[in-house]
Amino acid sequence: MTINSTIYLDYASTTPVDPRVASKMMQFLTPDGEFGNPASRSHRYGWKADDAVEEARSHVANLVNCDPREIVWTSGATEADNLAVKGVARFYKSKGNHIITSKIEHKAVLDPCRQLEREGFEVTYLEPDDGGIIHPNQVKDAIKKNTILVSLMHINNELGTLNDLNAIGEITRNSGIFFHVDAAQSTGKVEIDLSVLPVDLMSFSAHKTYGPKGIGALFVRRKPRVRIEALIHGGGHERGMRSGTLAPHQIVGMGEAFRIAKEEMKEDHAKVTAFHTKFLKEAMKIDHAYINGDINNKVPNILNISFNFVEGESLIMGLKDIAVSSGSACTSASLEPSYVLRALGRKDELAHSSIRFSFGRFTNDNEVDNTLSILHNVVDRLRELSPLWEMHLDGIDLDTVKWDAH
Amino acid sequence: MAYSKKVVDKFENTLNNPKAFNVGRFDPSEENIGTGMVGAPACGDVMKLQIKCEPSGNTHVIKDVKFKTYGCGSAIASSSELVEMLIGKTLEEAKEIKNKEIVDALELPPIKIHCSVLAEDSIKQAIEDYESKQ
Repeated sequence: MTINSTIYLDYASTTPVDPRVASKMMQFLTPDGEFGNPASRSHRYGWKADDAVEEARSHVANLVNCDPREIVWTSGATEADNLAVKGVARFYKSKGNHIITSKIEHKAVLDPCRQLEREGFEVTYLEPDDGGIIHPNQVKDAIKKNTILVSLMHINNELGTLNDLNAIGEITRNSGIFFHVDAAQSTGKVEIDLSVLPVDLMSFSAHKTYGPKGIGALFVRRKPRVRIEALIHGGGHERGMRSGTLAPHQIVGMGEAFRIAKEEMKEDHAKVTAFHTKFLKEAMKIDHAYINGDINNKVPNILNISFNFVEGESLIMGLKDIAVSSGSACTSASLEPSYVLRALGRKDELAHSSIRFSFGRFTNDNEVDNTLSILHNVVDRLRELSPLWEMHLDGIDLDTVKWDAH
Repeated sequence: MAYSKKVVDKFENTLNNPKAFNVGRFDPSEENIGTGMVGAPACGDVMKLQIKCEPSGNTHVIKDVKFKTYGCGSAIASSSELVEMLIGKTLEEAKEIKNKEIVDALELPPIKIHCSVLAEDSIKQAIEDYESKQ
């Protein structure tokens, strides 16, 4: 079996590079292409590369409606998150040392917060509601005199749920606190208009939106101005916020991907919405299937479902011809199930049983149909193997059983 | 996580042909049945193992085994591997089975060794249950 006979429903992990993007990237590598260093000011190789980088910057800015001068290239959303969180905290530490974030942020925000705690900062981790939403009044209640930064994601990567950036931003703006948003999952999925959104910093990734891996960007607002302490020094590129020779092929790839995203967002959205509707209807015919995340407040490209009485990793092994992600502990090196699902208050066994399906531009009807039929079959077979399912059918309430836990 | 081909094959064979791989249940109230159940849903794995035994000389022999397992692929493969080891053994021999034999047979990765420990515990419990009935 070749890898391409596997149905890919893991677009929230990464997307393939759109062939149109790849062919554009190829023009910035070889001797007959524009391979110059954008920082070379003395010859046309440099000028051409610089032009391409600035054009790409405009495409990125255009998708989210900001000034191109507010876009800083990074190696990806992880670096953008690090730069925003640590950069703001360290620059403004004389103003205060308190940061607000949530328990279901990506590790690219949580780990920098842990690092800042080691440096003497204090961090409040807000708890989402059982649908995975952080409510604006929670932010309001958590603000203290020494709060300098709120960092919350736009779309949760495991659940697809959406936070209300407008309402949260109103609160931070009125309190004179910076607001950083991880929008790695948002570009090309939902409209973002930074000319009106009260957000000060926003992280982007190319590879979630049909661009290449290894490139991302941080939006750093000019008015009102946000300042950050750089993480990487050497050469003063990107107005000193991120040194290092720019990678035109990567940058051009991100620019082209975001240009296409803006042009085709409606089309992409309609497509995944149809898949979502069908998938939801058919998958929910399986007994004891539960949707994780507020179904009325999420994007259609991500669908996270728990199949009770079946363990997630074995389900993924059973779905061997389908590429999906699991919230199960067993797929990772740690033995804890998904911290995101646990933060929602899901019982551990449901957290262990969760699968994230994510659709995208290159998904087709056949793939969705085949996945649904394989899913029904594998869940049935695993339940036949499951002592928990047997007990459930016998009418035993599993919550009353005294387990011999290890 | 990279599983050995042995784990993957064992898992898939068990899933695709459960009867041939001793998936099922005996009536636990019968005298010649011993039942062991270990693990917890919250931890991500539960193994239920049942042995059907017959007296033979001054000991008892395991004639048949049924199991059901909720857990990751290697937990299911470990139970299935254990079941094959048990049939035809005397209770004394079965008590001697160590989790390392399962680890070796399936080439389990270190993070999955607890699956084999669970399997070893399930047979110990099943034997205890059987002996308490005799």
